[in-house]
Formats: sequence, structure tokens, C-alpha cells
Amino acid sequence: MNFSPGDRVIVKDDWPETRGPVHIRTPHYLRGHAGRVLRYLGDHPNPEDLAFARPAAQRSLYHVSFPMNELWPEGREDDEVVVEIYEHWLEQP
Amino acid sequence: MDNDAKRAHHDLGGVSKFMCEAVDVEPHALTSFDREVDALRGVLGAKAIMTVDELRRGIEAIPEAEYHRLSYYRRWIRSITDNLLRKGIITEAELRAALEET
Amino acid sequence: MNIVETDGEALLVAMRKLLARKNLVTAAELAERTAATDKASPGQGARMVARAWTEPEYRALMLEDGTKAAEAMNIPMRGMPPLGVLENTDAVHNLIVCTLCSCYPRAVLGYPPFWYKSAAYRARAVRDPRGLLAEFRTTLPDGVRIHVVDSTADYRWMVLPKRPIGTDGWSVEQLAAIVREGDMVGVTVPSV
Repeated sequence: MNFSPGDRVIVKDDWPETRGPVHIRTPHYLRGHAGRVLRYLGDHPNPEDLAFARPAAQRSLYHVSFPMNELWPEGREDDEVVVEIYEHWLEQP
Repeated sequence: MDNDAKRAHHDLGGVSKFMCEAVDVEPHALTSFDREVDALRGVLGAKAIMTVDELRRGIEAIPEAEYHRLSYYRRWIRSITDNLLRKGIITEAELRAALEET
Repeated sequence: MNIVETDGEALLVAMRKLLARKNLVTAAELAERTAATDKASPGQGARMVARAWTEPEYRALMLEDGTKAAEAMNIPMRGMPPLGVLENTDAVHNLIVCTLCSCYPRAVLGYPPFWYKSAAYRARAVRDPRGLLAEFRTTLPDGVRIHVVDSTADYRWMVLPKRPIGTDGWSVEQLAAIVREGDMVGVTVPSV
């Protein structure tokens, strides 16, 4: 899946850590939330596999912005959290 | 969305029980233990013996209470030991013997 | 008790012996690694910032490709994670955190500060950035938006702070001297 700057994306509401030992780099507070792609950050080997010394496929990495008021009850609308997210954690709305 | 209930315990962003905790802003110099553990991780990484991803996984596997009780580099040495045992680079018998040496 | 629960200092001594005997990690290699790590420090980042403040082309390079900008200052970046640089402006203030562990632009700035690795910092940065800044006695002007950058993957991030008022005509050395570690993480802002 390829995303472009400006694309609206949703972080998958998936919880692999509840199913067994994993290593996930998508923070819990973003799961299920909508954000906007800022930038493509290149392809990198999937850390979820590197962590277990398994062969790791290249995955596209994106910088994605999330408005704080959508993440936290006290968050301000104008503030953002910007996070590097791998393509396989992002869906189109 | 009850994200807090499902999170892994190291996944700390926005976790309510820490929101009122003061930040210790003092510098806290590294000890020689800290620096050697840091260097050990770096050499293992440079020689492709153990990646930073494996280090992180090993730290995340530390049970929650211990995770918060252990200092930063004590988490690292525990994870490094765990990873090298798992990968068969050292054996438990060897490690026990080395621990017993004075 | 699981053997990995052994006291960390004892584990290190045992591991050091074992790995040296197996010729996997020698004392010389450890010393070399420590020496290399010691070369990195906030001073390196401060020199990059000072140059960006005085040379528009360098500023553009720093924002476009932080790794190249570091290499242009003879900071070794081969094999290091890519460096991303985010600029503070009158409208936006950036704050760097790694909520999952402690990812930090070590190749440029050296070891991460103690507070950066703490549970309180990692938890609060993404949810209460202004409260966190207050712990460092930093207050932003009204109307400034905050971007909290959570370092979750392959990049390492640093902040290019705003050049403070009252520094017109300063040399790069004078400018670098007022840029502190915290300014490049975003918990403080430089001042004269």
C-alpha cells in the first residue's frame, strides 16, 4: 500500500500483544485513530521480525500526524502528535 | 476504545498513572557499569550478533514490576543476557560457571 | 530464580569474561566503542544549530537531510540511523520523545539524558506537553502550537531551535555556546 503526503489514514485497531509474544512499534494510544500522512520516510526492515531474529521484509515507513484533541480528552485541537508508522499498520478510511 | 487495558506494559504514552509523576530533571552522570553495558550493546550490534530490536524485545519481556524497578542499564544487561542465551551464543551452564568465579 | 534475574553488575562481569574468552567481544573493542561514543555530545548538535542559524543553505540541508548535514560537520554517521531535524518557528514548537523506549539522536548528541529515559517523561510528553515543559521551567507564548514527535522507528529526531532575539552579529562560536542539550530535544528554548 502506498500513501502520499496529505492522505488521511487510520491506524489499525489491532492488538497482537494480546495474542502472544510480539514486538510492536505502533503505540497503543494511536490504535484505531485517524491521522494525516506528512511524509514518506523510506523503506526499512520490519522491526517486528528483527526483534525475533527472523528474516525481515522491507516495509514503507510514514510520518503521520494526529490532532491531540482526538487522542486525549484534555488535548488541544491545534497540537499534534507526529509518529513514524509502518505501512502495514495503516488503512484507508 | 479501551486502549490502556490492552497495551503492553512498556507502551507508556499518555498512561494515566504517570501523568502526575514529577520528572527528575537532574543530570545523573552515567556510572562505569552503565557505560560498559552501553558499549557491550554497541559492539554486539556492530558485529551483527544482536540487534537493537532484539534488545528492545528482551526489555519489553521483563515483567512489569521488575521493568519499573530496574535501572535503565540493568534492563539492558538482563535483555542482552536473555538474548544471547536464547540464541545459543552462551549457555546457561557457562554463565553459571562464570558467575561462580571470583 | 531465572538466571537472567541475577544482579546486573554480576551479570556484566560474567558476560564480559565469557564473551572475551569466546573472542566475541574483547576488552579492546569495548574501550574503542566507549571512546567513539564519548566523542558525541550536545556540543556537536549545537555547532550544527549555530551554522544553520547563520547559513541559509546549511539550514535547508539540515531540514532536508539531517544525516548529510551531520556529515558536513564531520560527525560520523555511517551505519547510524537516519537523522531527522524539525524546526521550531514562531507558530510551532517541537518536542521529541520515545514513548516505547529511549530512541535518541545519539550519533549527534551523545547519551540521552536521564530524564528522557524516565517513565514520567515518556508518558507525559505526548499527552501533557505544556505541563512537561513547565517541569523544565519552559513556558511557550500563547498561540504557539506544539508538535510532539514520538520516535517509534528508524529515524532519530532533533530540534532546530529558534534563534533567540539579541544575537545579531554573533559568531558561530558564540551562538553554539548558548545552545543546550534540552533545546535540541525541545524541553527548553535558548536565550541570551
